[in-house]
Amino acid sequence: MDDELTKRVMAVVAATQRIPAETINPESTFAELGVDSLDGVNLLFALEEEFNINIPDEDARQIRGVPDMVAGIRKLLDGAGGSAAQPRR
Amino acid sequence: MGGRRIVVTGLGVISAIGRTVPEFWDSLVAGRSGIGPMETVDRSQFRFQNGAEVRGYAPPDYFEEKEITLLDRFAQFALIACSEAVRDAGVEWSRETSARTAIVTGSCLGGQVSQDQAFYDVYWEKRGRIQPLSIPRVMANAATSHISMKYGITGPAFTVSTACSSANHAIGQAFWMVRDGTADMAIAGGSDAPFAFAMLKAWEAMRVVAPDTCRPFAKDRKGMILGEGAGILILEPLEAAQARGARIYAEIAGFGMTADAHHITQPSVDGPAAAMRAALADAALDLTQVGYINAHGTGTPVNDPAEVTAIRKAFGDHAERLAVSSTKSMHGHALGAAGALEAVATVLALHHGIAPPTANFTEPDPECDLYVVPNQARRLDVEAALSNSFAFGGLNAVLAFRRWGE
Repeated sequence: MDDELTKRVMAVVAATQRIPAETINPESTFAELGVDSLDGVNLLFALEEEFNINIPDEDARQIRGVPDMVAGIRKLLDGAGGSAAQPRR
Repeated sequence: MGGRRIVVTGLGVISAIGRTVPEFWDSLVAGRSGIGPMETVDRSQFRFQNGAEVRGYAPPDYFEEKEITLLDRFAQFALIACSEAVRDAGVEWSRETSARTAIVTGSCLGGQVSQDQAFYDVYWEKRGRIQPLSIPRVMANAATSHISMKYGITGPAFTVSTACSSANHAIGQAFWMVRDGTADMAIAGGSDAPFAFAMLKAWEAMRVVAPDTCRPFAKDRKGMILGEGAGILILEPLEAAQARGARIYAEIAGFGMTADAHHITQPSVDGPAAAMRAALADAALDLTQVGYINAHGTGTPVNDPAEVTAIRKAFGDHAERLAVSSTKSMHGHALGAAGALEAVATVLALHHGIAPPTANFTEPDPECDLYVVPNQARRLDVEAALSNSFAFGGLNAVLAFRRWGE
């Protein structure tokens, strides 16, 4: 299940950044992926759409790579009582 | 460089911290912020709650019903500020002088409130038709056009749109036209009214708006706060102003502009530094003559340290002797009007010998360690001042003003 979430996050990163999926791994950082601040907000938007969540600005600011994204999304999905597979609305 | 000396003889503003120049200046000196809960939109739909709106603004207080149907909020603001500036300057135009007067306004967004309403009507309400005056209300040049019609001014007139630098580019162009003799007088400034639902949603998505307030240069700053309003300056050659006995607020001494060629949203250091140096060169000012900078100072984590570094790069050791404040902490970031509000603030700072503070300041940030005039205005005995505007898209525009006094 965790692996599933990580895979979805990596797929969103690949699609949003227009980079091959195989260049991304579960430990990838924004620096390694060449994600700048504008790419970052674009990525957050894509993640919000994918998981039907709202990512607060404060949390967004702490994100430095795939592990932070996965952890943050898991927290949001748990907190909302939702699941990655079932959008809240 | 070269050409005539140009002075500022009239000022007008409408903003969250004052609907007239005296109110605006009182707020600036008091360090009184106009930032508060947004009233023009449904706040429950937004992550951020605060804005710097012209609170309680009612168009009928200023315009006839018939006029209002033609005027978006941003054009109304421009006309209100212009009316004050024209009265303040005591100018009246003849057929000859109106043909020799220029109008240049800046606007980032144009008639956003009208556009939002029109699109809502067709997309959401599924109406088959749009209000027929939408095009003339939305067009970004509406402010310049309405000013021209109101006063019968027939000289060079246009609008500049360079995001957050719009008004500085507008004032700079107007200044150059008067200096080189293309025009004998100019009405210059900017206006914007960004409090429209979809536009605010777009800003929310950028994640640059603070959840609390605007704290430029402070360690716990969390972003910008949107503002609205207009600022207008009347510019004319020194000899003409003296000949008609006009009050002179300050000399507009130089203008510099550069492009970063770097990134569509991230600021650079080199571009802004070069723009400041260009403004000084255009003004024939030595950097040691400058004592105050009205900073771009948006209060975003990224802008402020970059601007401080740029100021250091442009001014070297003299940077330590500068007073640098961001009045966006009070009137918010009024986008295409920002440079105009800040030009008025800078001119008044020189005129009154007082540097307005950076309000809402908490604790210093080691990355922004210039003297930022925290929270309290202070006496300012300086010869010249700069007003910085650095736009998304990397377009930088800096105005230089010199204190007036024999």
